[in-house]
Amino acid sequence: MKNKLNLILISIFLVFCFFVFYNSLNNSSTYSPKINGEKKIPIFKARSFNSDNYIDSRSVFKENKYYIVNIWASWCVPCRREHPLLMELSKSKSVNLVGLNYRDNLNNANKFINNLGNPYAQILIDKDGNLAVEFGAYGVPETFLIDKNKKIIKKYVGPINQEILEEIKLITK
Amino acid sequence: MKIFKIFLIIFLSISFQQLKSDEKNDVFKYKILKNIRCLICQGQSVYDSESDFASSIKFFVDKKIAEEMSEEQIYELLREKYGTWIIYEPKLNKKTFVLWLLPLLLFLLGGAIIKKLIFKK
Repeated sequence: MKNKLNLILISIFLVFCFFVFYNSLNNSSTYSPKINGEKKIPIFKARSFNSDNYIDSRSVFKENKYYIVNIWASWCVPCRREHPLLMELSKSKSVNLVGLNYRDNLNNANKFINNLGNPYAQILIDKDGNLAVEFGAYGVPETFLIDKNKKIIKKYVGPINQEILEEIKLITK
Repeated sequence: MKIFKIFLIIFLSISFQQLKSDEKNDVFKYKILKNIRCLICQGQSVYDSESDFASSIKFFVDKKIAEEMSEEQIYELLREKYGTWIIYEPKLNKKTFVLWLLPLLLFLLGGAIIKKLIFKK
């Protein structure tokens, strides 16, 4: 009787283990971040790209508009791919684009903007990546959509594409 | 000469204190960075990783230590920005209590089995 009980308990345990491992096989082993969920924008001071002045986050996001914060760098290849879409988005009057130049060489960043055009109303320098961490970014490129209440309502990890562009246009119109 | 010696002693003691506090800070920083997961290069802590993400987090932690934030405050800030996954050691809550209690239960169960076997003999 005792042996039977032990056998049943061991069998239950093994079946449990089997299901746990079997279930884990179906899960992806790579981490995919949760990209949505409202968050407040961080409060910061950052150096402007066009001058040596430091700008306060409150003055960056002062207008009653939607804002796009795009993290970019001249060394980032996907940033070049998404740049024409940002240029297109910059034509919209309901949204202001803010660029965050991430861990970049200033000369190269200047060349990048001169060659491909400047879609940003304001560019901030993030020399050490601290500002990107304040936003909760993973790397470049990354784009945040900020609503009129100064809350991050969407986060796009990786380069934006036509579909994302349409989504942003639809939200901000 | 005497004054020079006194100055030398004061200078050395200040330098030694500074060295000691730097060492303490490094140990504190190491402990924190080892407990933060690199989200870009999984399987590595931020301390071990050389990715841009890890470098940014290292700078961020440095800054927060300089602002005299506690270890838990730094973890909380990172959890707010990246979720609970970023910290290796999970907090005890509704979702993680099994993770915390299971080793203890297994330990007690093992102890009970060993005790039973010994007394049986």
